[in-house]
Amino acid sequence: MMSKLRPQSSATNPGTNMTDSKYFTTTKKGEIFELKAELNSDKKEKKKEAVKKVIASMTVGKDVSALFPDVVNCMQTDNLELKKLVYLYLMNYAKSQPDMAIMAVNTFVKDCEDPNPLIRALAVRTMGCIRVDKITEYLCEPLRKCLKDEDPYVRKTAAVCVAKLHDINAQLVEDQGFLDTLKDLISDSNPMVVANAVAALSEIAESHPSSNLLDLNPQSINKLLTALNECTEWGQIFILDCLANYMPKDDREAQSICERVTPRLSHANSAVVLSAVKVLMKFMEMLSKDLDYYSTLLKKLAPPLVTLLSAEPELQYVALRNINLIVQKRPEILKHEMKVFFVKYNDPIYVKLEKLDIMIRLASQANIAQVLAELKEYATEVDVDFVRKAVRAIGRCAIKVEQSAERCVSTLLDLIQTKVNYVVQEAIVVIKDIFRKYPNKYESVIATLCENLDSLDEPEARAAMIWIVGEYAERIDNADELLESFLEGFHDESTQVQLQLLTAIVKLFLKKPTETQELVQQVLSLATQDSDNPDLRDRGYIYWRLLSTDPVAAKEVVLAEKPLISEETDLIEPTLLDELICYIGTLASVYHKPPSAFVEGSRGVVHKSLPPRTGSSESAESPETAPTGAPPSEQPAVIPAQGDLLGDLLNLDLGPPVSGPPLTTAPVQMGAVDLLGGGLDSLMGGANFAAPPAGTMPANLGAPLGGGLGDLFDLAGGVGTLSGSYVAPKAVWLPAMKAKGLEISGTFSRQVGSISMDLLLTNKALQVMSDFAIQFNRNSFGLAPAAPLQVHAPLSPNQTVEISLPLNTVGSVMKMDPLNNLQVAVKNNIDVFYFSTLYPLHILFVEDGKMERQMFLATWKDIPNENEAQFQIKDCPLNAEAVSSKLQGSNIFTIAKRNVEGQDMLYQSLKLTNGIWVLAELRVQPGNPTFTLSLKCRAPEVSQHVYQAYETILKN
Amino acid sequence: MIHSLFLINCSGDIFLEKHWKSVVSQSVCDYFFEAQEKAADVENVPPVISTPHHYLISIYRDKLFFVSVIQTEVPPLFVIEFLHRVADTFQDYFGECSEAAIKDNVVIVYELLEEMLDNGFPLATESNILKELIKPPTILRSVVNSITGSSNVGDTLPTGQLSNIPWRRAGVKYTNNEAYFDVIEEIDAIIDKSGSTVFAEIQGVIDACIKLSGMPDLSLSFMNPRLLDDVSFHPCIRFKRWESERVLSFIPPDGNFRLISYRVSSQNLVAIPVYVKHNISFKENSSCGRFDITIGPKQNMGKTVEGITVTVHMPKVVLNMNLTPTQGSYTFDPVTKVLTWDIGKITPQKLPSLKGLVNLQSGAPKPEENPSLNIQFKIQQLAISGLKVNRLDMYGEKYKPFKGVKYITKAGKFQVRT
Repeated sequence: MMSKLRPQSSATNPGTNMTDSKYFTTTKKGEIFELKAELNSDKKEKKKEAVKKVIASMTVGKDVSALFPDVVNCMQTDNLELKKLVYLYLMNYAKSQPDMAIMAVNTFVKDCEDPNPLIRALAVRTMGCIRVDKITEYLCEPLRKCLKDEDPYVRKTAAVCVAKLHDINAQLVEDQGFLDTLKDLISDSNPMVVANAVAALSEIAESHPSSNLLDLNPQSINKLLTALNECTEWGQIFILDCLANYMPKDDREAQSICERVTPRLSHANSAVVLSAVKVLMKFMEMLSKDLDYYSTLLKKLAPPLVTLLSAEPELQYVALRNINLIVQKRPEILKHEMKVFFVKYNDPIYVKLEKLDIMIRLASQANIAQVLAELKEYATEVDVDFVRKAVRAIGRCAIKVEQSAERCVSTLLDLIQTKVNYVVQEAIVVIKDIFRKYPNKYESVIATLCENLDSLDEPEARAAMIWIVGEYAERIDNADELLESFLEGFHDESTQVQLQLLTAIVKLFLKKPTETQELVQQVLSLATQDSDNPDLRDRGYIYWRLLSTDPVAAKEVVLAEKPLISEETDLIEPTLLDELICYIGTLASVYHKPPSAFVEGSRGVVHKSLPPRTGSSESAESPETAPTGAPPSEQPAVIPAQGDLLGDLLNLDLGPPVSGPPLTTAPVQMGAVDLLGGGLDSLMGGANFAAPPAGTMPANLGAPLGGGLGDLFDLAGGVGTLSGSYVAPKAVWLPAMKAKGLEISGTFSRQVGSISMDLLLTNKALQVMSDFAIQFNRNSFGLAPAAPLQVHAPLSPNQTVEISLPLNTVGSVMKMDPLNNLQVAVKNNIDVFYFSTLYPLHILFVEDGKMERQMFLATWKDIPNENEAQFQIKDCPLNAEAVSSKLQGSNIFTIAKRNVEGQDMLYQSLKLTNGIWVLAELRVQPGNPTFTLSLKCRAPEVSQHVYQAYETILKN
Repeated sequence: MIHSLFLINCSGDIFLEKHWKSVVSQSVCDYFFEAQEKAADVENVPPVISTPHHYLISIYRDKLFFVSVIQTEVPPLFVIEFLHRVADTFQDYFGECSEAAIKDNVVIVYELLEEMLDNGFPLATESNILKELIKPPTILRSVVNSITGSSNVGDTLPTGQLSNIPWRRAGVKYTNNEAYFDVIEEIDAIIDKSGSTVFAEIQGVIDACIKLSGMPDLSLSFMNPRLLDDVSFHPCIRFKRWESERVLSFIPPDGNFRLISYRVSSQNLVAIPVYVKHNISFKENSSCGRFDITIGPKQNMGKTVEGITVTVHMPKVVLNMNLTPTQGSYTFDPVTKVLTWDIGKITPQKLPSLKGLVNLQSGAPKPEENPSLNIQFKIQQLAISGLKVNRLDMYGEKYKPFKGVKYITKAGKFQVRT
């Protein structure tokens, strides 16, 4: 049998008998059988060869698990190589053969007592890799011994084994007290042991956020800093990452840590360098800027960052993503290093794009000439994506550095002359932005732009061009012809272009009414009658009504002066940036998202401490919303409302600030911003980045939007009754001028389980009103009137009637955007009127929203981390008790309260009428008026509104 | 930490997999292949790819992809550094890091990976220690092993593992004690059309080959240490000594290693040793163009510039090129459109030039982009930054070592725009 294999293998591979490739003979039937015979051979050498063949098959993914008993039999050997090979095999297959694996336990226990530390370490290392529950119990005793072994090599291996065991059976590790032993190892005399203990603890802490495993005190910090100098480069990374989570008690401690970390900036291992940068960036926050040391430190940070850029491209990429954060946080560090970000033609594309981004961030008046020359160079490169981005970058420079705008524009014109199609299109898109920033300054170039009208085939470029034509219609003689030419294929255009075209023609009409009447008729009817796109129809109708009722007002609205676009539109929002700075060097820094947003079973150590969360990180059924696609082009998912708004301003052609009905006082900043971020966008037709400029909508939508705004402002500012849920004062939902004299104001309330809409109808017309009826559009939570609108007597002029309309939640459901948007139709004898309003979400919090403690724990664990949202509630001077009782009034129930390091953690639950549970953790620090609210819910889109409800309830 | 490693060759075969925790199915690599397809060019595959349950962090080395699978938040640089270390180790052990070499030594590879990482934590990555644990393959040893049945796995604890100098093995003995240092400087530069320098810096390294017995303690000093203000050190260097005295003081690892790498960026210190005159033009509405480049010495400090090669990525529409070199030889690959001109050394009396016609695809529009020239060269016995080693002292051992320093300057990413 054996002799049969030999010739066969040498025939396949005649020349390479000395190498391992002989193990790669194809799997023939019977090979397993032959191996079996060899494994049971008496000759050591044969055995070893056979095990090697088995391992070779394993590495290429062949299934050799059938040989398990035979291989395990080879384990009792004094040949170290053979032992190691068998161990390799065991690790791979023990899981599939748990019963067999028990056979190996004895050997492990024996090997853990071996006089040779190498064997002891090998045994403890291997047994941790055998992921079989039955076995793990047997391993506790040997592991305990090894953790206290006299040889540091064994101790450091055992430290890692604790992490392995924790991954298999966390409870067991806790019960056996291994975590404490591991913590003790932080004070071990050997730096390697310290490093491994830190690494193991960090890994355990990741799946165990509540634990204070890595609570460091000045003594342990000192130990770590000492070990830092003496352990391996990898250990240094673990220690530095651990240090970064420490909060020094004052600036002196921060400085002394910084001083001891700074030498790591000269390490050859780039991961060490970046982790050191993280520690320094974080602790620098605590240092006074007047300190000499502060400026020394700033100077020391630049060279290592630049050095990272001479490494392999993969390292460069990660470094660049981090530098991108660093230059946003502290631009002074790299302001003189512009040139190292210049692109080389053979850089990989992912490096090029990142460099370009940083170049723009560093662009200033001082270096703009160089930057522009470079960008122009890049615009003639081969790679289309890169060229496009370079052209865009020129536009961004123009917007950022005013002095350079003229140069940028002429550079762009040069590029347009090249007639390279995609260059022209990009250039037109950015020139539109330049016009937005510097109105009436560069109109001379319009003629050149118009020449290229025909070559534009991308929606964004077409839309930009149409915007330009509409905006400057009075200076373009043939503007009507140009726009008309687009109109022919109206229905083939993308929505973006259609919307833009509609607005542009209306603008044109308002500027040159005489010649363009026909055109505007045509586009309005195309938009309203032939289109099935609701956005387009809506906008068409708005224009139509506006033009037909009051052309002067229309002019004021449509041709209103627009706010200038902001300088830097793609800055990461500051609080997110601060969080990301704490994550320098991690995946979060590559994706520019906080880890909670994307890593499955990720750590939460830094910003929350919660009831224990155990279990493996591989929960098979958890829904996955992790980002996909190319990271560089991605927008951060968690942009707070303000970011959205800024981003949109560039693309959205917003009108002047909304001048709705007079708003009640109490300008609570947060509320307003949130509403604009969340509410306005959707009212304007899903304004994401691809969204078309929305023309001049806000003023037109004054009524409903104003209503919503007023409502919210009221909610935020009014005085609430404390019986039942909080009720906001009434706000005007439908002003009289919009409804032929009928004014409706109202609010929502919830009392003992029933929701009602409290309305105040006022007749401001001269005639009597009667025959009232009300209807709701389908909405997110199925709110519907539970009874008809009862107005008993006709409403005579100047009379007001107060009505409480009971609501139920059994109406038909359609998801609205924003979620709490409610569209209402009110009819009377005169006409039908429409308005929309935003209801506070807490009217939907039901009375039985208190969750069992156990249930809460389990649910919190069960909801994936990406569903968690965090908010800040500012300026709330209440203490935990008051908060708790106030919230309880509105059916937000406190389930548990803990005091962690002087902070009160309230764990709360609430349930919506449709059965959605929302779990909350509210962190209240005595003396600090800012609370942190973390919400977890299976339907994460409600979080924002729940937060608003919290905000409203707590502040009234 | 690092969960699994897959080695993938250019044709997309997974030829080795290693799992440090539970087994992750090969199918996870499909996401990688997808990204690879999208990137078109192998060099452009993004190094960090997210998949629904894992992250893939990869490097591309020697026509192989090292794809690691991670599941928790891990510093990507740590993973990338580690992967490069794995590739370095293969190179060190097998002389090359190729699919064939890895397959030929698969068991050693597996043993190495097992030693290098435990549960995703790096364990032993220093070549000195690895070599004590697992002997590198040699023809002789495998013959001896197969006759005597002895093994290539060491059975004592590597001495360096736990000492404060983990990079050095104990009990080193040589009959000839030698210490050699190579000061290698590479010039990275971008030169614009007109010949002025857009960007230039020097990336320098000092590579050491130390074969000294016992525990030698070395001090290396420079004539002009002020040049070195941005330095990365091998862990063996005592940082405090450097800070206070600008002396490199260290107990070296045994064998070859990189002592320091440094960067000289202030542009007036960076001499540009060659210049290029170029005239590359394509005529409008005709299917040909002119190509004419001449290369000459500039600030070469009186040394000969040699080993010059010019590489040009010609535009896609170029069909072929008819050129005449006055010196050296040229090749043009019509598939990749890469022109390579191997010049040799420059003699100032007669400057090498390459002239001739470029044939374009008929009917194709004139190329918009101008090709950049990539230039390689070497200058022996010169560190272009002016860095000079002053002296090397040895303490701790009694013998007198043989010492040597060599300087060389090379082109790094040296690009001339046209």
